[in-house]
Amino acid sequence: MLSANMVALAYLVAAVLFILALKGLSSPESARRGNLYGILGMTLAVVVTLLMSGVVNYAWIFAAVFVGGAFGVVVARKIPMTDMPQLVAAMHSLVGLAAVLIAVSALYNPAAYGIATVGGGLSIASRIELFLGTFIGAITFTASIVAFAKLQGLMSGSPLVFKGQHAVNLLLGLIMLAAGIAFCFTQDWTPFLIMTGVALVLGVLLIAPIGGADMPVIVSMLNSYSGWAAAGIGFTLNNNMLIIAGALVGSSGAILSYIMCKAMNRSLFNVLLGGFGGEAVAGGGAAAVGERPVHSGSAEDAGFLLSNARSVIIVPGYGLAVARAQHALKEMADALNGAGVDVRFAIHPVAGRMPGHMNVLLAEADVPYDIVLEMDEINPEFSDADVALIIGANDVVNPAAKNDSGSPIYGMPILEVNKAAHVIVVKRSLSPGYAGIDNDLFYMDKTMMLFSDAKKACESILKALS
Amino acid sequence: MNSAQTAVDAAQAAQTAAGGTVDPFIFAFTVFVLAIFVGYHVVWNVTSALHTPLMSVTNAISSIIIVGAILAAGPGEMNLATILGLIAVALVSVNIFGGFMVTQRMLSMFKKRK
Repeated sequence: MLSANMVALAYLVAAVLFILALKGLSSPESARRGNLYGILGMTLAVVVTLLMSGVVNYAWIFAAVFVGGAFGVVVARKIPMTDMPQLVAAMHSLVGLAAVLIAVSALYNPAAYGIATVGGGLSIASRIELFLGTFIGAITFTASIVAFAKLQGLMSGSPLVFKGQHAVNLLLGLIMLAAGIAFCFTQDWTPFLIMTGVALVLGVLLIAPIGGADMPVIVSMLNSYSGWAAAGIGFTLNNNMLIIAGALVGSSGAILSYIMCKAMNRSLFNVLLGGFGGEAVAGGGAAAVGERPVHSGSAEDAGFLLSNARSVIIVPGYGLAVARAQHALKEMADALNGAGVDVRFAIHPVAGRMPGHMNVLLAEADVPYDIVLEMDEINPEFSDADVALIIGANDVVNPAAKNDSGSPIYGMPILEVNKAAHVIVVKRSLSPGYAGIDNDLFYMDKTMMLFSDAKKACESILKALS
Repeated sequence: MNSAQTAVDAAQAAQTAAGGTVDPFIFAFTVFVLAIFVGYHVVWNVTSALHTPLMSVTNAISSIIIVGAILAAGPGEMNLATILGLIAVALVSVNIFGGFMVTQRMLSMFKKRK
């Protein structure tokens, strides 16, 4: 049997391995090794815990690990990369639910965790920790389920708003807080269950008003919550490794939320209030659509323009993923490359449904990561590019964000495609993007609109090239 | 009196002199705050191309609460606490296996130009 000190030291090693796992992600070369560090840390922590003296229920524990693990393996192998945001949201909900179950179990039998006081009850500190861990876990659980349902298309991605929404949320928040405080004083089940129940409802209500376009922020934020929930359980169990792992994940999710908000020029508060992208922004923009002249061209025209270019920058957006056109795009890029054209890809931070989503989708289509560039790296390059090819992106290339101080997206960082010599936009129609506003880029003299589905467009351009 | 006992006495005397023992919560909180700083610096260094794998791997890492679930499920006697613990073990096992594997799958796709 291991002594408490040996267990604590093993946990310390696991915590360091988790830090190394995240550190590895600073470059694709070191990332795979980093992931192995993470697996090693997890294995070490689990094995050491299984060897602790209170743990004897091996058959059942192994059965539970096997059932859950097998399911996880199947999902991890089968899941299409376009569905990663849903998968991540679903996983957050599992962490949240598990945190709640662990907290309930700790309240039912504190002795199993060695946190019972002489009378068999809990100290006031343990109660506060249980309260915090439970409500964060409960909100994470239901909020992630709603996020999952919206991303998976099980429910409408448009914001669900009703009158007095914020007042209701505030009231529920206060009830939850009051019940939580009552629990901290009494250690009774009734306030604990009220607090948990209200937190579960609150999780749903908090995410319902948030639209599909804001999901990258929400998924990141729930990532953060799942970390804080883990840290909360760590406090309850007085386990430093859980606290460290939880704090790492919590700060990681918080940073990602910040990056996403910044890329959309929104504050986190503004995102959380919800309702964005629901109703199209009033009349003016909508009326103008279709009345202004555009240059539209065929796939052959686009192919001609592209094959005569020296340098082409492709801007893929979420529409590309929706049309499942990544592979067709990659073939087209290869053909151009073969013809001596320098092809690069430009990624806006919110291209896709979660941070870094587009990079994974391009990597899956075998696009080498060293020709896939981030916004800050590629923006100075557009003025030297002969053609900017935009596929399935809209708001992130709208020059109004830079030029029109009256625009709702004014101030949002964009890919400055309008600086390229020619612009080709592949789009099904002139309909506005998530922000619900018209895009001046479509009406510029150097812009050619190719009205088509993204996949068909890539295939026809490829045909035109050969 | 052996030397170990003397050492313990000395430590206790030092603690009393310093104004009593530190609450374990303060230790835990210290670790928590320092870990947030470590996380902050490590995560800002993550390349934005790998933000999706970052999310899936942090998902697996937050499933470290399996430690709590195992302790809950540990006692031989079956009651509400053990059953909830077992359910929690199964739930986070999905994340641990699924999270690390899908991360590995994604990372193996990132290749340099040949």
